Amino acid sequence: MIKNFKFIIIALFGFFLFIVLLQGLDKPNNYSPNNISTKIETKLTARMLYINKEISLGELIKKNNFSIINIWASWCLPCRNEHPYLIDLQKINNINVIGINYKDIEINAKKFLKDLGNPYSEILIDPDGTKSIELGAYGVPETYLVNSKTNEIIKKFIGPIDDLKFKEIVKLINNGKI
Amino acid sequence: MEKFKLFIVLVSFFLIFANNLHAQSSDRVNKISKNLRCLICQGQSVYDSQSDFAISMRTLIQKKIDEGKNESEIYEFLKNKYGEWIIYDPEINKNTFLLWLIPLILFVFGGLLIIRKVSIK
Repeated sequence: MIKNFKFIIIALFGFFLFIVLLQGLDKPNNYSPNNISTKIETKLTARMLYINKEISLGELIKKNNFSIINIWASWCLPCRNEHPYLIDLQKINNINVIGINYKDIEINAKKFLKDLGNPYSEILIDPDGTKSIELGAYGVPETYLVNSKTNEIIKKFIGPIDDLKFKEIVKLINNGKI
Repeated sequence: MEKFKLFIVLVSFFLIFANNLHAQSSDRVNKISKNLRCLICQGQSVYDSQSDFAISMRTLIQKKIDEGKNESEIYEFLKNKYGEWIIYDPEINKNTFLLWLIPLILFVFGGLLIIRKVSIK
């Protein structure tokens, strides 16, 4: 009787563990946090690339209905690939593209923009990467679509912008207008 | 000469003091960064990693400490930006209660088994 009892308990416990682990299998492997603040850090201030002056992100965002905040660097190869998309995005009405230059040398950054064109209405520099961390960034390139009225981050795009992401951004902006 | 000696003593005292202060604050950076997951590297803490992300994160923690923020404020700030996952010590909530409960259940179960064995003998 005792042997049976033990066996049943162990079997039940094994079954319980099996169910727990099976549940875990269904979960997507990619980590996507859901309790992250969706507000952009408007109080963040940084120096601008072309003008030697500190400015707050909130001030830059205010100018239009939507803002795109793009973290880039001249040493980052995928940034070169996404650059044409940013130039196209900047042509859309009531949107301003703000660049954050991540851990870069100013001369290189300026040369990068001279060679490939400058889609940014303003560029903030982030020589030690801390401003980007304050925004909640993982690395370069990274792009945030921000609703300037509510200061809310509509979507974060980690990695370079490609055809799909470009279309999504355009769609989100068009939906927001109505 | 006496004055010179006094000067040397004062300077060295100041140096040791400054050094100590600096060491204390970097100790705190180490302590905090050891408890943070480097989100872009696998299986490393922010303290261990040499990735751009982790280096910037450590600089930021140092800055926050210099601003006078305490540990829990820094954790709260990062949790707000990157989610709870960044902290190695998980909170108890409906997603993690099993994590906290299973060792307890196992402990009680094991204890019961031992008591049974002993009392049978």
